[in-house]
Parts: sequence; structure tokens; C-alpha cells
Amino acid sequence: MGNEIERIVKEIKDEAPPRSEEEIKRLSEEERNLLLKTGIDILGKNRCGLFFQHDHSVIKCESMVDGVEVMDIEEARKRYGLEEYWWKLIPPDKDIWTKRAAEHQEHGYFIRSFEGAKVTYPVQSCLYLSMDRLAQDVHNIVIAEEGSELHIITGCAAGPHVRSGLHVGISEFYVKKGAKLRFTMIHNWAEEMAVRPRTVVVVEEGGSFESNYICLLPARDLQMYPTAILSGKDAVATFNTVLLAKEGSYMDTGSRVVLKKEGCRAEIISRAVSVGGTIIARGHLVGEAPGVKAHLECKGLLLSPKGVIHAIPELEGRTSDLDMSHEAAVGKIAKEEIEYLMARGLTEQEATSLIVKGFLSIDIEGLPDELKREIDGLISTVEKEGL
Amino acid sequence: MNILQIEDLCVSIGDREVLKGIDLFIPRGEVHTLFGPNGSGKTTLLSAIMGFEGYRVTRGKIIFNGVDITELPTYERARLGLGISFQKPPAINGVKLKQLAQICAKEDGKRLEEFAEMLNLKEHLEREVNVGFSGGEVKRSELLQLLLQRPELVLLDEPESGVDLENIAIIGEAINILLGKKVASTEEKSIKRIKEERKKAALLITHTGHILDYVDADRGHVLLNGKIVCSGNPREILSTIKDHGYEECYRCFKDEFKGG
Repeated sequence: MGNEIERIVKEIKDEAPPRSEEEIKRLSEEERNLLLKTGIDILGKNRCGLFFQHDHSVIKCESMVDGVEVMDIEEARKRYGLEEYWWKLIPPDKDIWTKRAAEHQEHGYFIRSFEGAKVTYPVQSCLYLSMDRLAQDVHNIVIAEEGSELHIITGCAAGPHVRSGLHVGISEFYVKKGAKLRFTMIHNWAEEMAVRPRTVVVVEEGGSFESNYICLLPARDLQMYPTAILSGKDAVATFNTVLLAKEGSYMDTGSRVVLKKEGCRAEIISRAVSVGGTIIARGHLVGEAPGVKAHLECKGLLLSPKGVIHAIPELEGRTSDLDMSHEAAVGKIAKEEIEYLMARGLTEQEATSLIVKGFLSIDIEGLPDELKREIDGLISTVEKEGL
Repeated sequence: MNILQIEDLCVSIGDREVLKGIDLFIPRGEVHTLFGPNGSGKTTLLSAIMGFEGYRVTRGKIIFNGVDITELPTYERARLGLGISFQKPPAINGVKLKQLAQICAKEDGKRLEEFAEMLNLKEHLEREVNVGFSGGEVKRSELLQLLLQRPELVLLDEPESGVDLENIAIIGEAINILLGKKVASTEEKSIKRIKEERKKAALLITHTGHILDYVDADRGHVLLNGKIVCSGNPREILSTIKDHGYEECYRCFKDEFKGG
């Protein structure tokens, strides 16, 4: 895979023409549908804010309610400085991708919920790549101030004419005392794309962070290992990950939680289905304080003999009196389950499809219906191709 | 007319021949029970009737409602009107019982809640199929699915095993409704429909015979080493087995064999 990514990076361009807000109106139906499938409803109403970055231009940035602000990160840095948040959780020289982002960064979002604000609808943020072979390097900062509640749906998508490209996303999230941040990210990339998100979240006392990550479309080379640091007492983190890899996709993803204080809890759940691609499903729990509780669950379903699923769950205890556990299973669908459903009148295909849907179903609150339907539809089609 | 007609059926699992020439006829509207010690081939017979993988028919045929189903895939048999209550059904993660019940019900979904209520499964509808279900809950969930599926011939593999006495009564009631022997209290059906449903038949495996206190069986068969060695009044067969064990069936069979 090393050669693949070198080839992709060699071919990419760092410059894109500027885009204006008018572009939103000019989006074709095909493009709008594509964004819908990524959880972004450009014309919809059920949201409390929108951020839209088209290639290298932020073309829309708005907040519909008082409790939350949505800004271009450049604008936010000018206004607030943000020195205490900027490159504070991720060192710029961490790897070649963070270095790249530090040098090339073009925008990204700043989203903040104010102290005590409870935001009902999600803020939608979209990072859209419409040019083939373009590199997009963004840097995002999210702050959930004390006692606030915020839900962000981030859709990252490549346009219909994009085959190849590079997306690097630096994300630093701050969940303050007693705040709740739910972050749902859907990736719909193109077949030849390389994707390198770099995410670190810090959760203070009594705060909670929930991450939902869904990637069902192919990406040539995806690698990420988002980390939540539970720095205060009773902080909670949950990571739900749903992955589907077609032939030619390589996904190396994991979630890590560091539990630093008493009473911290964490849960990492991942569901991976391969219909020919390779998935490395990692998970890492680090328990540093007595009395913490955490569980890691990695389940993989192989629907093609060409596929590879490699589950790597890690538990790291750094003190006594910890309650950390993991559960990992990789295999194909049990014949008994298919026959059970066939005995109720389903064909083998229908039975398999229902089992796969069930396998991938994790209840994500606040997910738009279009997206739920899309996920179901996608599973069915990939299913047919895969068998 | 026979709803099920099995002729000289031989079935192998891998290289091992488990059923060695079964002849079994079930007329419409009748309930037949299958007795036999562990390993005699009872579950194998039901699995072969459903057409599950790994149960290879090497000789003979299975005729259902006049159609030779010996080579048909399981789902086509189900669509023709065969249903089965599994002895130990698998858990299906992420699929709610309600979803599966709806699949079984097809157009008849309005009765779902009613049957779930009767079987004390209302809260289970939102749970994943068989995940963490108790023995009794598993059996009741099987019957819920079958009540909605409305098969013409139902295969019941130990419907009372792992079920406490109180719940055996509920299961017995569900089987009787399934077979049209009892009309559910809130139901409004034409006499024609009720008569039609009385033509429904069952093949029932039971070890303890407890279910026969609730379900009237017309005929019993004893399976020994892959052969039906005795057929007759199910209650008489059951009491003989209870008093003398299957040893008596072996002795009886040997006598018959000598005599014939």
C-alpha cells in the first residue's frame, strides 16, 4: 500500500480555483443526492447550522440558533486567536500528514456551543471535493463549552467526477466540564482516494463524547486512529464504527481512549464487513486510574474469500483495580442463520442481506432518515455484487 | 388426501446414513408425533423435510401437497406452506423480532401485536431475535413467527423443551390456533376459513409428551436407528415408552421382524 499512496500523492494538485456561495445553487441533482447520502441536506431544515467547504473555499457558513457558532476556522482564528486550541492536541510534526496539513492547510471549520446551550438539531458540516486529483487539507476545531450539548454531522464526499485525490483532516475537539458532544462522520470517497484524518478529543470532568463513523464506499487507502483523552473525573467516550470494504479498498482504522481519571468510562464498538477489501480494525484502551471501566468490541464479517479483516484489540492497564475487557470475532455468516431465515420464506440472498444489515445496524440517534435509507440500500447493493 | 407423503426416504449426513428408508404419510388435518431415543434421526427427518444443507437425500422422495419437493430449496418449501419450529434456533444479531415477524406475516401484519400479546412477547418485539432469550422465550418466539407465517404443515421440534409448565399451556394454545383447532378469542373468521384451517397438519417431536396434554395427536410413530418401527395411538406409545423405555420398542421391533 505504501506505493499506492506515493503514487496518489505524486499525482495530486495543491491548487484549486476559488468557489463562491453561488456554487451551492449550481450543484446538480446528482451532487445534491450525493451529499444527502453523506448526511448533508443542503436544502433541508432540520439543522441548526451549516458549514460547507467546496474544494479549497468555504462557501457557506451559518448558524441558525443562538447557542452555537459556526465559522471558517481562518475567521475564528482572526477573531479569537485560538492559541490555546490550535495544534494543542496534535503536534504538527506528528507524521508526514500533520506536517503536510501544517504547511498546506486550506480552511476547515470552527464550531462552538456556548456554555449551557442545548442544541436540538445537528450542525451539518460538509467537506466536498469536486476536482479530480486535488488535495484538501483542513484543520477543524470544535468546542463544547461547559454544560452544553452539541451534535455535528460531518459529511466528507468526493464529487461524481472524482476518481483520485487526497484528504487530510486535522481535528481538535474540546469537550468541557459536563458537556456532551456527539460527532457523526460519514465518508463517501472515491475509489482512488487517500484519506488521512487525524483526530484528538479531550473530555473534561463529567463530559461525554460520542463518535459515530460510517464508511461504506470504497477508498483506496484510508488510515485513521482517532483518540479521546478522558482528562476529568467521570468523563465518558463512545466510538461506534461501521465499515464496508469493496475489493481494492484498504481501511486501517481504529479508536483509542485514554482513561486518566477515576470514574471514566469508555466503549469502542466496530463492525466491519469485507466484500473483497482489506480492513484493519484496531482498538486501544488505556486505563490510567483505578476504578475506570471500558469495553472494546470488534466484529468482522467476511463475505468474500478475497477479503481480509484483521482485528487488533489492545488493552493497556497502567494501574490496578481496572475493569477493561474486549471481544473480537471475525468470520463468515453462519449457515444456520441463513437457513433459519430461509425456513421463513426468504431466499438465500434476502436472508444474507438481512443478516448483514443486522450486523451493521448500530443505533445512531439523530441520523437523518435519508442517510438511514441510504445505508440500507448500499448494504443491499454491495451485498449483491459481493456474492 | 395426504398433505405429506414420504416414500422410502434415505438421508445421509456426510458419509453417515441416518435415515434408512422412511415411509410416512400424514393426511390433512392430522397431528402426528415422532418418538425415539436421542440420535434416532428425528431432527434429521424434520431437517430433510425442510431441505436444509448437509442432509443429503440418497433415495426416496418427499411429496408435499402433491408436489415433489425433494430437490427444492428451503425457501420454496416454506413458500409452498411448510413451516418449522426449531429446537435450538440461532440468534440473529441486530435484527429485531418485530422485523422477522413482519417478514413472516407478509400482508397479515395486523395480527402481529395480538399474537405477541398472547405469547407474552410484546416487549421482545423490540429485542434482537433470540439474543439473550430464555428457553421458553425462544419457543414462544418460534410460535409467533409460525402463527404469522400460517404454514399448512408445521414441523415442531420439541416445542416444550426448556419451557416451564405455565408456558407449556400457552405454547399448546398457540399450536392449536396455528392448526385451526382453536379459534383465537378476538378473531372474526368465516366458517369456511375455519374449516380450511382445520386441514392443517403437524409433525411433532416430543420427548416428555407434556405437550400432548394440550395438543391432540392423531397418530404416533417411533423412530429407531433411522427407521420407523412402530405407528399407532400416540398416547399408548407414550405410556409404553414411559413404563418400559425404548428397550421395549427394540424388543417389539425384533419380534415383528422375526415374524415378518
